Amino acid sequence: MRESADVERRAELEEFLYQEAWLLDQGRFDEWLELYTDDATYWIPLQADQSDPLTTSSIVYDDRRLLEVRVRQFQHPRAHARVPVPRTVHQVGNVRVIESDGRDVRVSSTLCLVEFRRERQRVWGARVEHRLRRTDQGLRIAAKRVDLVNSEAELDGIVCIF
Amino acid sequence: MNVQSIKGLVQPDRVHRAVYTDPALFELELDRIFGRAWLVLGHESQVRNPGDFFTTRMGREPVIVTRHLDGSVRVLINRCAHRGARVCEAAAGTTAEFVCAYHGWTYGTDGRLAGLPLPDGYAQPAGVSVGGGLARVPRVDAYRGFLFASLAEHGPTLAEFLGPLRASFDDFVERAPEGEVEVAGGVFKHAYQGNWKLVLENHNDTVHPAFVHASSIWAARQAPTAEGAYSEIGLRQMLQNGAPWDVWENTGLWVAGYGHSWMADYHDDSRLVAALAHPAFAEYRAALERRLGREGAARVLGELRWNSIVYPSCSFMSQFRQLRIVQPIAVDRTVVSAYSFRLNGAPERMFRDTVAFSNVVNGTASPVLTDDLEVYERTQEGLGARGSDWVFLGRGQGGDRPDREGTLRGRTGTSEIHIRNQLAAWLEYMTAES
Repeated sequence: MRESADVERRAELEEFLYQEAWLLDQGRFDEWLELYTDDATYWIPLQADQSDPLTTSSIVYDDRRLLEVRVRQFQHPRAHARVPVPRTVHQVGNVRVIESDGRDVRVSSTLCLVEFRRERQRVWGARVEHRLRRTDQGLRIAAKRVDLVNSEAELDGIVCIF
Repeated sequence: MNVQSIKGLVQPDRVHRAVYTDPALFELELDRIFGRAWLVLGHESQVRNPGDFFTTRMGREPVIVTRHLDGSVRVLINRCAHRGARVCEAAAGTTAEFVCAYHGWTYGTDGRLAGLPLPDGYAQPAGVSVGGGLARVPRVDAYRGFLFASLAEHGPTLAEFLGPLRASFDDFVERAPEGEVEVAGGVFKHAYQGNWKLVLENHNDTVHPAFVHASSIWAARQAPTAEGAYSEIGLRQMLQNGAPWDVWENTGLWVAGYGHSWMADYHDDSRLVAALAHPAFAEYRAALERRLGREGAARVLGELRWNSIVYPSCSFMSQFRQLRIVQPIAVDRTVVSAYSFRLNGAPERMFRDTVAFSNVVNGTASPVLTDDLEVYERTQEGLGARGSDWVFLGRGQGGDRPDREGTLRGRTGTSEIHIRNQLAAWLEYMTAES
């Protein structure tokens, strides 16, 4: 019994991550934003193994308000770096359930992202961790951390959402 | 390219596109501008103790900045005296010596050759043949803790080079309750496919925000206010980019010798500092007053400088403790390293605001910076066109007026005086014999 419940739960978590990736690849950013709780954080650290987003800079450290600005910016006709919106494929793999405290469950995964915009294709690799929360609306993201393998490199501007 | 033809590229109100696109001119710039000027390398807090080092570039030269055992700061060319391999790969660290990976030649933190394998196999001591060790950058100096070096044996002193721009560094340091700042919080390294001049021209350009940043201004205007929230400082900066024209027109814009410039009277603390109403700001002010007295602290906080440009290598601003070092990689490739600083003796909350500000202004995925980078790239592409050879820089021309300490002030804050001044310095470097 217990084993089959675990399998079901795991399938549900995986399906949730795939759904998130699908929304991003479809450019459905408003629906993507709905997956996040009001107190969510979306974090792309600058340094490998960075422990703190408040005393070290981050490529992105957005609370809900900044994340909404980031997404809303795509809608503006003169969002120069975001028009056209990059086309992306998010490939989610190596999904592992790390820990559950009853309220939130931490899920780690890997992400390969291929991005195309203005005659240029870029490939990104990242270790990802989601903190997922069960709410009345279903699973929601309370925190997402994306550790790019090249976060410390000399990088051209980044506009895609991981 | 001879001096006469270079002189024809820069005219009073326009510049030839070749200045941004010609690879031969770029090579000459590395010799004549980056090979001569005082370049900002970093800050003494990055090499606080003997053996501390960091690596960076000076034009095409890879260099190691070290704190030697005698306490002096040395700048060494990161190239083995033997066969030419780089001897230091780390971005920063602490070491007693640098050992070449290829044949084990070993150098002290002053660059002196300290050892090599099979030393008897040479007609004369190998150290003599290679000039003693790693090549040294001839001139190294510091102002208020900021490290500078010049690849030229001779030239103006650092004080002469900086001139009235020293006051911008004074302002940066004086804001610290302990009278000292330190590098902290990591470094962004953002890159773009464009010439190095584009970023330096942009940092005192007050007409661009309304257009380049239109989308982030628009998006931020729809965000609910939340006094004291983490995101407040970033959103305030996005909104400030949408300030009405009279704010930009009334901004002060000064230029000085050697291509330097700065903006002032743009923000005051009441308009931007997220912590102003926060107890931490009162605590900060009190700490500043303990060192400087009430009047002294008011004078320091009343100094309202925004971006200062140290031509040709740096742009910095004191109010949010940001310093950006510009590195030319190719005629159409530039890397900018952006550092944050901690005000020693200030409440930790002030530094958190610095980090939050840095993420939104200098972050590689910032809603603000990414639009600047996009426009630099479009400019570089456009300048490759041959339909028109000239870039027009006439805004405010004829209205520049002399001001204190030999500076010129733009008629308004929207003048292109800083670009004309940078190109005048460019011409001087490029056509001087030595």
